[in-house]
Amino acid sequence: MADTYQLSSASLDLLFAALAADGRRILAPTDRDGRSELNPVSSPAQVARDYVQTALSAKETVFPKVEQLLSYTLKPGEVDLADAVPKARPTVLFGIRPCEASAFAALDAVFNWDTRDAFFNARLEQLAVIGMGCTRRDDACFCTSVGGGPGSTKGSDILLTPMAGGYLAEVLTDKGRAIQALAPDAFQPADGAGKAALLADVPAAFDQPALTAKLPALFDSPLWAEQALRCVGCGACAFVCPTCVCFDIQEEADKAGGRRLRAWDSCGYHMFTLHASGHNPRETQGARWRQRVYHKFSYYPERYGKLGCVGCGKCTRACPVDMNLQEHLVEASQVNP
Amino acid sequence: MDLREKAKQLLESGEVKAVLGFEPGTHGTRRPAFARSAARSEKLTFDGEQNLASYVTRKEVKRLGRVALAAKPDTLRALLQLMAERQIKEQDVLPLIEDGAGQVSELAGAEAIEQHLALSPKELKPEDRALLDRLGKMTRQERWDFWQGELARCVKCYACRSSCPMCYCEHCTMDCNRPQWVPVPSHALGNLEYHMTRAMHLAGRCVECGDCGRACPVGIPVHLLTFNAEESVHAQFGQRAGASSKLDYALSTFRPDDKETFIR
Amino acid sequence: MSEPNIYLPYLMRIAQITQEAPGVRTFRLEFVDQAAADSFSFRTGQFGLYSSFGDGESTFCIASSPTRKGYIECTFRETGRVTAGLADKEVGDIVGFRGPYGNVFPIEDWKGKNLIFIAGGIALPPLRSVIWNCLDQRDWFKDITIVYGARSVADLVYKHELKAWQERPDVNLLCTVDPGGETPDWTGKVGFVPLIVEQADPSPENTIALVCGPPIMIKLTLPVLHKLGFTPESIYTTLENRMKCGLGKCGRCNTGSSYVCKDGPVYTLEQLNRLPAEY
Repeated sequence: MADTYQLSSASLDLLFAALAADGRRILAPTDRDGRSELNPVSSPAQVARDYVQTALSAKETVFPKVEQLLSYTLKPGEVDLADAVPKARPTVLFGIRPCEASAFAALDAVFNWDTRDAFFNARLEQLAVIGMGCTRRDDACFCTSVGGGPGSTKGSDILLTPMAGGYLAEVLTDKGRAIQALAPDAFQPADGAGKAALLADVPAAFDQPALTAKLPALFDSPLWAEQALRCVGCGACAFVCPTCVCFDIQEEADKAGGRRLRAWDSCGYHMFTLHASGHNPRETQGARWRQRVYHKFSYYPERYGKLGCVGCGKCTRACPVDMNLQEHLVEASQVNP
Repeated sequence: MDLREKAKQLLESGEVKAVLGFEPGTHGTRRPAFARSAARSEKLTFDGEQNLASYVTRKEVKRLGRVALAAKPDTLRALLQLMAERQIKEQDVLPLIEDGAGQVSELAGAEAIEQHLALSPKELKPEDRALLDRLGKMTRQERWDFWQGELARCVKCYACRSSCPMCYCEHCTMDCNRPQWVPVPSHALGNLEYHMTRAMHLAGRCVECGDCGRACPVGIPVHLLTFNAEESVHAQFGQRAGASSKLDYALSTFRPDDKETFIR
Repeated sequence: MSEPNIYLPYLMRIAQITQEAPGVRTFRLEFVDQAAADSFSFRTGQFGLYSSFGDGESTFCIASSPTRKGYIECTFRETGRVTAGLADKEVGDIVGFRGPYGNVFPIEDWKGKNLIFIAGGIALPPLRSVIWNCLDQRDWFKDITIVYGARSVADLVYKHELKAWQERPDVNLLCTVDPGGETPDWTGKVGFVPLIVEQADPSPENTIALVCGPPIMIKLTLPVLHKLGFTPESIYTTLENRMKCGLGKCGRCNTGSSYVCKDGPVYTLEQLNRLPAEY
């Protein structure tokens, strides 16, 4: 149940100060050398003014690019194991887009399915999301094709929508209400009737449920190899993606001891599925590209009841050779099995 | 004739199995495009930045057969370097070049490529030259701090490696785990060691196309690392990557008339 | 209050090492922590991630039977960094174990049935767990046939147990080596496993077939079973895909909508046929 308020630009300073006083770190998109990236900020003035998306996603806050899982010391005939679950820092993500906010649910579906990942949960528990609705989109965005939208409240604890003089503020969850309680005067009553008019126009590009239903029949289509011809097999798409969760576990040690680290990985790498015998179940880039699409649009829905894609377009923007996901999906929607 | 017409001609005659060029992409960018039939050649242009030579060593492309590719000087240098390193044979690829009037012609054979390149001397882009000069004027500490700051953003996605025409190794040093020469995770050491190793592996081989820097999703100017290594080799050994299809690698070749005296 | 760390392994002491074949060893492992030993249980078909501290983790089935308490066993071939690290270990050394993971062979469903186990080379270990589990409850099942082959006599694993199975009147063991792999004193069969299966001519009537072997063996054995009249629902196999977490999170073993570490590694042929051939 959302309560709607308005927040003036000036009262945003109040809110930031209150959050800092409450011991919370604030991460927000900042402008840096023409790029937009998430950084710690202490005032609203430091937040990027005019950006569509950051290059890297906010998943780093709950799923860091490197995370220690355990460590150990070695003595002759003995191993002493030490746990590594972090004590996470209270953090507020300010200004990420609705698509990104909705991605945390997809991460949660994997990290807490059947067994619970303490690392992810420790961080998620300490995280609050103040999302920022989109008044502008670019050609890579396709949130509305995957159940999202420029004003979607999914995943945000408070959703702000920029308007004249400040922001519309929808307080959505207990975490959101707790933030509001830190600076109650900043939130003035408002009605949300004008919200839709403030948002960017993002017409749906393809019928996702129809595509998901069609994918099994398309598995052996030559389409995937054709689309993947220009793919260079790097991990940029997976690494910038807010829902991609595939990881590697690496050991770093010497004779005295060591640690086990989790690191981001990508199904696009040729070694991802390589067996010790030399057999590779996904030997060609076409098979690996197909896996990316199917994992997000076919296997996730079947397994978790939700999509593995939020339509943010980060993969498209990051790709060195413009593997435009939306474009590829539209093509797949149109091709005959 | 322009690239589309040339592509159609080459594909219809069966001389090549694919033509690599560029096509319009998202946000007004240009991206590599594969035309495998006359029909798919419609959108092909020369207008694009990527070094298409990075595709000719990929097995999915090799399996297609002989390919033609839209070639800029950097692409041609990369092709010669790949021939020098015995990764491709001159008959495997057909470089196509475009003149000022948009007319496309073939450069068949290493000799033709070398002659054409002799007319376009290698020059760094002004912005790259400026950054390299700026780095050169820094103290060691300043330079270290600069790169530590830049590499902190690195996520080890390997977009730089994957875009590079010279990074064709099927089993890259980074992939080796016996021993694990360079740590895999994207911490400070893992990032630094990877980029340093790559710069060393590109020294004397980098054709300075800049694709690695363009590919980086977080905007790290990694191309400057390999450019710098390449310029060092050129200054010290007088050699340029991609100058000929018969180049002996500067860092692993000894000749009695080498100017370096340390080994005499 | 934080949740348990699912990536933290048990510490295991190596109680016994058996050199099975060139490059192939079996470890018998005991829990360092007695409480863990007392509370641990697993079912046949499940696997674990075994750590060589300093090198990393590797995935092997639990090769011992759940009916044998107090220890678990794994059998592995030295192939890469982690297995080389393990191969370097001696009795008394510590390794790690995370598990049990994965699904199980539903042996309770097979009461009253005939069983035929078909294995090749280093793929016997997962079936060995099932075999002992079944032999330890022998009266549950009717005929038990084992067809096991390797490239050569030296490559046969569990040689002492093969002898024990050979000597049991309630087990029909057909042991074979590839043509050219026999030794002068070899008294078993000579011929590829699929051929020996065909010659054995097992009846599909009321019979469950378990098949585990290198891809080529499976590829040639399945048509034999089909010809003999076995249905896809009555043929079981166990898959190995590249794994890291074993918990359905890292994505590596994902095949179709299935995660081999969660929905597998045990699959019927019927289930396997519904997955893309990415394993």
